[in-house]
Amino acid sequence: MATLVELRDVVKHFPVARSLGEVVRGEHPAVRALDGVSFDVGSGDAVAIVGESGCGKTTLGRLMLKLVEPTTGSIAFDGAALANLAGADLRGFRRQAQLVFQNPFDALNPRFTIYRAVAEPLLNAGIDRAEHMDRVAAAFRRVHLPDLDRYLDKYPHQLSGGQLQRVVLARALVLAPRFLVADEPVSMLDVSVRAGILTLMREVRDAMGLSAIYISHDLALVRYLCERTLVMYLGRIVEDGPTEEIVRRPRHPYTKALVAAVPVPDADQSRQPLPIKGNVPDAREPPSGCSFRDRCPYAMSRCAEETPPLRAIGDGHRMACHLD
Amino acid sequence: MAERAEPVLPTRTGWPLLLVLRRMAAMPLRDPFAFTGLLIYVLFVLVALFADQLAPLDPLEILFTKAGKLAANVAPSADFPLGTTNLGRDIYAQLVHGTRSALAVGLSAAIIVAIVGTVVGLVAGYFGGMADAVLMRIADMALSLPFLPFVIVLTGFLGASTSNIVFAVALLLWPNSARVIRSQVLTLRERAYVEAARVTGASSWRILFVHIAPNILPLSFVYAAIAIGWAIITEASVNFLGFGDSTSVSWGMMLQDAFSSQALSRGQYAWFVPPGVCIILVVVAGFFISRGYEEVFMPRLRGR
Amino acid sequence: MILEVDGLQIHYSTRAGVVRAVDGASFAVPEGRIVGLVGESGCGKTTAVRAIMGVLAENGRRAGGRVVFKGQAIDEVATRKLLWRDIAYVPQSAMSSLDPVYTVGAQLVEVLTKRGNASRRAARTRAAELFDLVGLSESRLSDYPHQFSGGMRQRAAIAMALALKPSLLLADEPVTALDVIVQRQILDMLRALQQRLGLSMVLVTHDISVVAYLCDDVVVMYAGQVIESGPVREVLARPRHPYTMGLRNAFPDLMSDALELVPIGGSPPDLSDPPPGCRFAPRCPFVLAACTTSAALIADGGKQTHASACLRDDEADSLRKAAMDPATWQRSSNFAMS
Repeated sequence: MATLVELRDVVKHFPVARSLGEVVRGEHPAVRALDGVSFDVGSGDAVAIVGESGCGKTTLGRLMLKLVEPTTGSIAFDGAALANLAGADLRGFRRQAQLVFQNPFDALNPRFTIYRAVAEPLLNAGIDRAEHMDRVAAAFRRVHLPDLDRYLDKYPHQLSGGQLQRVVLARALVLAPRFLVADEPVSMLDVSVRAGILTLMREVRDAMGLSAIYISHDLALVRYLCERTLVMYLGRIVEDGPTEEIVRRPRHPYTKALVAAVPVPDADQSRQPLPIKGNVPDAREPPSGCSFRDRCPYAMSRCAEETPPLRAIGDGHRMACHLD
Repeated sequence: MAERAEPVLPTRTGWPLLLVLRRMAAMPLRDPFAFTGLLIYVLFVLVALFADQLAPLDPLEILFTKAGKLAANVAPSADFPLGTTNLGRDIYAQLVHGTRSALAVGLSAAIIVAIVGTVVGLVAGYFGGMADAVLMRIADMALSLPFLPFVIVLTGFLGASTSNIVFAVALLLWPNSARVIRSQVLTLRERAYVEAARVTGASSWRILFVHIAPNILPLSFVYAAIAIGWAIITEASVNFLGFGDSTSVSWGMMLQDAFSSQALSRGQYAWFVPPGVCIILVVVAGFFISRGYEEVFMPRLRGR
Repeated sequence: MILEVDGLQIHYSTRAGVVRAVDGASFAVPEGRIVGLVGESGCGKTTAVRAIMGVLAENGRRAGGRVVFKGQAIDEVATRKLLWRDIAYVPQSAMSSLDPVYTVGAQLVEVLTKRGNASRRAARTRAAELFDLVGLSESRLSDYPHQFSGGMRQRAAIAMALALKPSLLLADEPVTALDVIVQRQILDMLRALQQRLGLSMVLVTHDISVVAYLCDDVVVMYAGQVIESGPVREVLARPRHPYTMGLRNAFPDLMSDALELVPIGGSPPDLSDPPPGCRFAPRCPFVLAACTTSAALIADGGKQTHASACLRDDEADSLRKAAMDPATWQRSSNFAMS
């Protein structure tokens, strides 16, 4: 399986406004959104990135699309380092890597007709206008929006959330990309509509052979889309493995707590206390060593001194923990 | 779902700029105040266009009575609807021809303020960094200058002509619109559809003109409408204070002349009331229109 | 029953006409139980709760039905005056409606002194008690809202709601905006509150997993009407209304083996012009001709144990079997794309 996207030791810090004291002392406090992330995405893979707010998953998605630059570390797409891309090469990359947004109501310019919105990537890529209609029609067919004429002249506020999200997906697909990043693509949709969009995304992925990253806080949802899941906590990957393994046999203490916390539609579900203490620490000053140690029920003294590396614990399964 | 043999291109390509301009043009139809303001403007524009027909007398011509005496301070009559000045000039002709000067001043100031303010706001807000820092510091400097005294000083340096007054007014008014537009651009820059445009490879300029500019156009109109009023009043004030071009025909000049010849104490109301009323009307009209655009921009201001 | 809602109708007047946001909703809250009011956006659950509290928007009004609290019928005006002590309401935006310029403790004390007529000293003691009840440390009373995390702010909002010892708590989406671990902690806290204080609760949410975790009874709303109600275990395991059956299929279950999510085709109706008869008929795979002309509303103030507003209620068991097959829903999803 060829590797499409490669991340190595990616670090992203966002500087924070300094107080006078900090300026005087020469300190540069920063929010460590990502603190050393490395992983590969193979061609055709569907990888989920899950974690709670502040874990860095959204930043990671933006970095992979070169919407944000890393502080240090490297990201490569199809062998080419993103940092070196410019001009025509950059435009080429943009044709191949697309984003599906969380909020369908905001992802489209309210003053554009639907046709105009979906055709915009074609304009940006310099594709001949004569081809636009066909490509837009093809994209609409892929997302199962029949009756093209019904939608083309409409404006976003005239469509429902589900229809809008299909349009957003159509726009992402119109350039036939190889790589898709979907950031919470269904969290703002009604439940009965979500299933349709998720099924659609799965189908599109299979039909087009896309590699995809699904960013979500909802572990239950990503199970339906991704064979592989990365669990993040405070800017680091804590566990990376097959989704079924992560859900059925979580190894990292944080993953265990996360899985135990997800409610299910079953009145007889377990109500055991969660194996986790306290609250998420301040992202500007994470604990030394393992960033999870102040909440971990199994913390040892080693955890404060040494940051556990992400190492293999099974087939395609990695974990960052001193426990074995 | 029968497949069409020939897919039909949609009739509206949905150019956002056109849509916005159309909405801007339609606004007065929805807002009675703005409509009134628009009517007032239209009226004055017509007067300005047909000034020669409406007031055949030369406003600066000194008139003499049949008996050869100076036709000074003549009361309003059939020949001179508003009477004459103390120098024998027809007040009505001055009022009508003064419209041209007023509108020229107002509109040119409005256009300059709109263009400069919008461009600066867009560039500073979208590109940020050095451009933003420099432009905003210049804006701050312009804002800290006292308005009327500065206009007076500038016209003193450059010469007391109407165009210099317009220039000075525009110089001081653009920062307001630039700052507000900049902050709006900062918000728009973070919207998901702008990010979407970046992801699909749109260049910065494209994003600026296609996605961001149409959304701030109503703001430009608001400030343009405000600028009209300010410019006219400032021009009138400058003229009234005697710093303006005394050979020009304008409402401000009329007020100046009336004041210096003590028209008030003589009770010659027909001289200074009409120009005062005209100034008020034009400024209020501008205000109503700007209020109308404000509501286009922020629909929440409209009542439910 | 501490709260009974019977045939409630709430209408909003808008430019587009009259929107019948709630059109004949009936349910009951047994004393000391937690009832989940569940449905998707636009189903009227938030409106119903706000109507009970008497805090509808300006253009909304109660157009019919009764609300009975502790045996007393209440109208909007009376609710506002008397019952803000006895019914507490935690709106959806409670977390962000804490005043940023006062400490949380000060705001709590203000509620206690102004509305509760307590002395300042008694109020401070009670504030500490309340924080303890919701799992916040007493030292946090002197902190400002921005120093609290999302979960903590929600706890503080609940503490404020409990300040005057209400018998009924109405909470609108209290955990929706929170991360899953914090969500679980808040839900556990609510359960503990119910046990310690004998509090009755109505929890409005769109998430049936949350309802399954916390609630004793559930009321399912669709397009302004209550379409099913009953004990949570019953309704989730043996739903009787096609919408509930469809909802069950559309909800991801972390622990189930099935890897199929089945959508319900179409979308909810426009409430300014609702379809005649059953409002779910256009999307229902089991629709009959009769369904489009007459609706079977839940009558009896919702006091039946497990009630369903479906004309084919007697066939519920066989319908449920058919509903478990994804093919059933695919047929109906061809009618309209959601």
